[in-house]
Amino acid sequence: MNDIVFRIGGEGGEGVISTGELLTRALARADYEIYTFRTYPAEIKGGHANFQVRVSDHLLLSQGDKIDVLLAFNQEAYDRHFKFLKVNGVLLYDSDSFSPPPDTNSCIGYGVPLTKIAVERIGLKFSKNVVALGVLSQLFNIPLERFEGLISEKFKKKGEEVFIKNIQALKAGFDYAVQHVKKTDPYRLEPVTRKRDVVVMTGNEAMALGAVAAGLKVYAGYPITPATDIMEWLARELPKVGGVVVQTEDEIAAIGTVLGASFAGKKAMTATAGPGFSLMTEFLGLATMTEIPCVVIDCQRGGPSTGLPTKTEQGDLNLALYGGHGDSPRVVLALTSVADCFQGIIRALNIAEEYQIPVLVLSDQYLAHRMASVERSNFQSVEVRERLRPTPEQLASYKRYILTETGVSPMAIPGDAGGFYTATGLEHDEAAELSFEPHNHEVMTEKRHRKLRMLEKTSNEIAKVYGLEQPEIAIIGWGSSEGVIREAVERAREEGNSVGALHPKLLKPFPTQRVKDFLKKAKVLIIPEINFTGQFASLLRAHVPFEPIAQLNKCGGLPFTPEEILAKMKEVHQHG
Amino acid sequence: MAEIPLETYKSDVHPVWCPGCGDFGVLSALYKAMHALQLDPTKLVFVSGIGCSGRLPAYVKAYGFHVVHGRTLPVSMGVRLANPELTVVAVGGDGDGFAIGGGHIPHAARRNLDITYIIMDNETYGLTKGQVSPTSQIGHTSGSTPYGNVEAPINPIAFAITYGATFVARAYSGKPKELVDLIVKAVQHEGFAFIDAISPCITFYDTYKMIPQKLASVPATHNVKDKAEAFKLALDTEHLYMGLFYQESRPTFEESVMATVHRAESKGMPKFDDILTAYR
Ligand SMILES: Cc1ncc(C[n+]2csc(CCOP(=O)(O)OP(=O)(O)O)c2C)c(N)n1
Ligand code: SF4
Repeated sequence: MNDIVFRIGGEGGEGVISTGELLTRALARADYEIYTFRTYPAEIKGGHANFQVRVSDHLLLSQGDKIDVLLAFNQEAYDRHFKFLKVNGVLLYDSDSFSPPPDTNSCIGYGVPLTKIAVERIGLKFSKNVVALGVLSQLFNIPLERFEGLISEKFKKKGEEVFIKNIQALKAGFDYAVQHVKKTDPYRLEPVTRKRDVVVMTGNEAMALGAVAAGLKVYAGYPITPATDIMEWLARELPKVGGVVVQTEDEIAAIGTVLGASFAGKKAMTATAGPGFSLMTEFLGLATMTEIPCVVIDCQRGGPSTGLPTKTEQGDLNLALYGGHGDSPRVVLALTSVADCFQGIIRALNIAEEYQIPVLVLSDQYLAHRMASVERSNFQSVEVRERLRPTPEQLASYKRYILTETGVSPMAIPGDAGGFYTATGLEHDEAAELSFEPHNHEVMTEKRHRKLRMLEKTSNEIAKVYGLEQPEIAIIGWGSSEGVIREAVERAREEGNSVGALHPKLLKPFPTQRVKDFLKKAKVLIIPEINFTGQFASLLRAHVPFEPIAQLNKCGGLPFTPEEILAKMKEVHQHG
Repeated sequence: MAEIPLETYKSDVHPVWCPGCGDFGVLSALYKAMHALQLDPTKLVFVSGIGCSGRLPAYVKAYGFHVVHGRTLPVSMGVRLANPELTVVAVGGDGDGFAIGGGHIPHAARRNLDITYIIMDNETYGLTKGQVSPTSQIGHTSGSTPYGNVEAPINPIAFAITYGATFVARAYSGKPKELVDLIVKAVQHEGFAFIDAISPCITFYDTYKMIPQKLASVPATHNVKDKAEAFKLALDTEHLYMGLFYQESRPTFEESVMATVHRAESKGMPKFDDILTAYR
């Protein structure tokens, strides 16, 4: 079967990640479906990095469970990852760097003197990565010309000599494998017959692209892992469509700039991680109060505090839902896959504009840096919404916060004749004039919350079900775990279990009705989350009374695997 | 075009300030400056912080954004980036600008953001009823310093020059003519124009008697391009100089940013499909 999980491990800063990316792109260009997972050290040089790519000819929903092929550049890579290698999996290692213990017989080991080939034959130590790609190409039937194409694109810019050396390294690895490695493992990629029109990108890239497609014009941000590459991508691309990117002095300034720009009529957004998101909460209240559209992306990482800057976690849901003072309605949207990063960010910008409300978008490190194949068709249908603007008649006797059925009032922007008003965080009346009257505060608070009620229908509609619509064993997860849960459900369904998973996208407003319907026949509800306490489980309990709930929590900085979800299903099934 | 009358700039909202508050002087000078410049109120945005001073935008018939405490400058930057046609005037107190928002001034200054920033400096926290501020003198007794302030005040003028503000001035609400004149120049200035406008808080720290004693005009012979001389005047301990200390001409942030955008745009709008193809 064409379904192989490769993992590459080695010293951070020595090209482990770029080797993984080359492997991934080569596979994708050969029309395979790919799905990557990476962890990298918080240090710039040194520390351990690893890159995993799963390859297949069918739709991939997760990074997989155990590893089929481990490429270990050093002892540490072996020590860390060997336990995840399947029985009879392949261990490919740099025999100049270390030797696995002699009793390693549960796997098929191929030692290749990667460093020696790189140093003696090529004269470039770092080319050992490319030598390794040549070996992989030969052993697993990955078309060599795909690597050649990529190497030429990547290295030609750096000069003819670097390019030639890398091509030599690739071939040297390939030839070494032909001459010296006696293949005894069963893994071999069969050519894909079905050609598909896919692109390969990360979650962050898909989000940035989606933002441009939705009409983003001002981006302000402050560097923070794992969100920084959104800013860097936009800094390159946004000016080409007339937009601007500014790196502010901190995250408070970033959200302030976003609100200023949106007040003046442009679509604006910022992206950050937990520490920066924490700093933004005061301004989010202002956005709610002044009803100014804005989008804030939180690429979650391990917290609290500086926590695990390069590892994944779903720990900021409470902050997104409740962070801030006062009754402060905002929309919380969780992105679920790389494809959804594109569509989701468009939805976020649309909701922000249409409802004049802050939309907080939750992604995480697992999704931000995940590369996945996405069908080009996913990028085709883009519907862009704009904010409600006053008509000339309305401007003649303008009331910025006029009460309406939807809670949304026409928004004047500077330059509109007659639209004068002062947006203020102090409580105000329909005409935007200060009012601290009890009745007025009640009316205006209700107005601001009414917008959320209008969105409940959407929340119910866009939640997705995988497997049975009304299962006995029900799973509700959120965010980036969608694919993993879906894969686990599919596998459990093959075994004939009554299983289904509901995956909401809008978490606020909560899809209460949809969840209730989904749970009608459920005997147990599993809630998997990458956090310690079960922040989503608490949210669900606040909306839907259901027992028993089996929480599945982990917070080691790593995503779930399908096996872990399946194991929980088995556990509740037995005790059910 | 017909002249815009002064009254056009006044809103119907009555100021909440205590009678005699220095903020009235700043407001009335602003009306006059806008009138003198014949600014189109439709394209005028006042951004304010939190404090007594922060209430100002509501009293002007123009667009206003009364933001959170200390954050007028980032919001002003957003407004200008979204629409460089708009004239932006940011106002706030000394607490708003130098304490909680102190981290933003260096960046607005070094960027040379093309706005006018008026600090209504009363050496105290008015709205919270009289605590010390970053411009209060040592020894000043207040609600939060009942035994006297032990922290040295900052020097707003030296501070602004150091960080690269391209227009640095001091004014006094009790000298309306000079204040109007400085506001006019500040709005005309292309770049970050900073005015430390002394506007006493009659209720919590009445300096109306003290200020005039020290007040002196920046000497007529002063060359505003001379940074070293400007520092000297700013650091003078005997006089509280009033007027324009320093002015320089440097590309504005918005100009530079828009130049980048125009350069990028001139290569032609990228086709969405081509962007996607790069991810093959
Ligand atoms: C984050 C935050 N902290 C504290 C306050 C309370 N507060 C309101 S105004 C103010 C200081 C006002 O002093 P200043 O900025 O000098 O303005 P003035 O009232 O003197 O014009 C403070 C501390 C607030 N609104 N927000
Ligand atoms: S408290 Fe002081 S600053 Fe505030 S309005 Fe009264 S006099 Fe003015």
